[in-house]
Amino acid sequence: MGTAIGRVPVPSPVLTASGCSGFGRELEPFVDLAALGAVVTKSVQLRPRSGRPTPRMAETPSGMLNSIGLQGPGIDGLLAEDLPWLAQRGARAFVSIAGTRVEDFAELATRLRGVPGVLGIEVNISCPNVESRGEVFACDPVAARDVVAAVRAAADPAQPVYAKLSPDVTDIVTIARSVADAGADGLSMINTLLGLVIDPDTMRPVLGGVTGGLSGPAIRPVALRCVWQVHQALPDVPILGMGGIRSGLDALQFVLAGASAVSIGTAVFNDPSAPARIHAELAAALAARGFGSLADAVGHAHRPVDA
Amino acid sequence: MTGGLLTEPAPAAPWPPVQRVVTVAGRRPVGAYVELSLAAPEVAERAVPGQFVAFAVGGPTSAHLLRRSIAIAGVGGGQVQVVVSAHGPGSSWLAGLAPGDVVDVVGPLGRPFPMPPPGTPALLVGGGYGAAALVGLAGRLRATGSEVAAVTGAASAGRLCSVQELGSLAAPFVVMTDDGSAGRRGWVTDAVAELVNGAGVVYACGPMGMLRAVADVATAAGVPSYVAVEESMACGIGVCMTCVLPVVGGDGRTRFARSCVEGPVFGGDRVRFADVGTLPADVVGADAMGLTPPAVPTPAGSPPTPVAPPEADPGTPGASS
Repeated sequence: MGTAIGRVPVPSPVLTASGCSGFGRELEPFVDLAALGAVVTKSVQLRPRSGRPTPRMAETPSGMLNSIGLQGPGIDGLLAEDLPWLAQRGARAFVSIAGTRVEDFAELATRLRGVPGVLGIEVNISCPNVESRGEVFACDPVAARDVVAAVRAAADPAQPVYAKLSPDVTDIVTIARSVADAGADGLSMINTLLGLVIDPDTMRPVLGGVTGGLSGPAIRPVALRCVWQVHQALPDVPILGMGGIRSGLDALQFVLAGASAVSIGTAVFNDPSAPARIHAELAAALAARGFGSLADAVGHAHRPVDA
Repeated sequence: MTGGLLTEPAPAAPWPPVQRVVTVAGRRPVGAYVELSLAAPEVAERAVPGQFVAFAVGGPTSAHLLRRSIAIAGVGGGQVQVVVSAHGPGSSWLAGLAPGDVVDVVGPLGRPFPMPPPGTPALLVGGGYGAAALVGLAGRLRATGSEVAAVTGAASAGRLCSVQELGSLAAPFVVMTDDGSAGRRGWVTDAVAELVNGAGVVYACGPMGMLRAVADVATAAGVPSYVAVEESMACGIGVCMTCVLPVVGGDGRTRFARSCVEGPVFGGDRVRFADVGTLPADVVGADAMGLTPPAVPTPAGSPPTPVAPPEADPGTPGASS
């Protein structure tokens, strides 16, 4: 049931989702990391980052809100510790990068050139853009294009570059087209939706960061809609689908909508072996429906009923 | 001893965790709580006092996705005991499990209580159902030749836990309640202040306010302490980054440490209790959040350089992971 990230073949269409599996180590007791499509790392930035104060999490119906704030070791720590660890185990790292300036992203991509075990780069353009008055790159087709073009130019030509899109936009197809034109080899969809929870006892926002990212099965229909719309408009652009996938049948829906691979995020918190389980369930679901390969199923839901 | 602190960071557990769907073998009410016994031999044989387990709640299609982390209260005969305090939908579901029911559990998780040199007299301090996590430790300390004293306390008699189990292993053994409905009236710290000077090490498990008070008393007396913290965790295994608190590392620098994998057991003088829930400017990586880095320590006598107050970037869209 292999597929490809860009043009790089991977043994499984099931990956982890950025921010939900750390840098892979903690999942080792529960899944064979080398059998995954890739470990998509937590977003790394140029410098180590503490992240936000607690509380950082609130449970919501079929989901959760988080305001971690991109806690991480910075690119030096990633290169020294985490990527060699993953490479030693034969696991592929799909490195998520984040920054506040276009130059940050380009520098991160440069630092990742030729690093063993790095399958490719996921560009997290849902970070605050200080150059654009608090907007996020992924909400502006021009800013999104600039980041992706800079990363594609700086990155190792052998490493596919995927842009991670936010659903919090009026027309996600416009953003998708813009980053595809800028050279993105694929699209990761979707990032979290911006949300808020207020504690009725304290009558104040629960999270230290006030607002946070909503994830989990609660957002699956939104994610699926985004994948559907973008695949409809840009059928040749590979899509890594994510957003509330908890089972093989959930993953199958993303494939039928147009994703050629999927990432498992919040479900890992509930079930650390979910990536391996979902791989098996997806394989069984495809076989049960008579698909000879995953590729045959990609975008199947767009075909006319009598085709 | 590192950086003037009395404790070393707690070492990692000897064995990795497992994930299993296990059967509830027993259930009994314990005061205001419910004790569950789980037939979980692989968890039981790996568990060391101080560790915890994380439960999925509500079954495979539950709308409650986040795991519930609960300290291990005891192991034996292939079983693991936990004491559940039902206060929300997840813990209420767990407390309602009956013998024969199955539940998905991951464990043992977290760092155990480090053992002192054999024969070191120890003082154990439990608050509410946190006392349950100390029973296994008391037995282990006794087995290695330590004298064990214990204090357990709660708001009222019904909120006490593991009184008989701890009482049979510890001497002296003091029970404290806020309202005097059992044992002595007062706080556990009253008794800790009386007993701390006879101890070579203090261990505590309970609410954060109690841990802070116990750690302060121990540190002031020059006695190392280890505390098992209570922080809300989404996953329990170290991937979600929600359960962090500021902890001084072996190198003397403060980091946002995950209480699930770098804890739950921390040196009592390493946890910056006063700063929990804030972003201190000297936490590693706080500068990348826009905080002014702390001033370089100045020689004694010269005035300290002012440090900007902590200020995150609340409400900035999309800064979540």
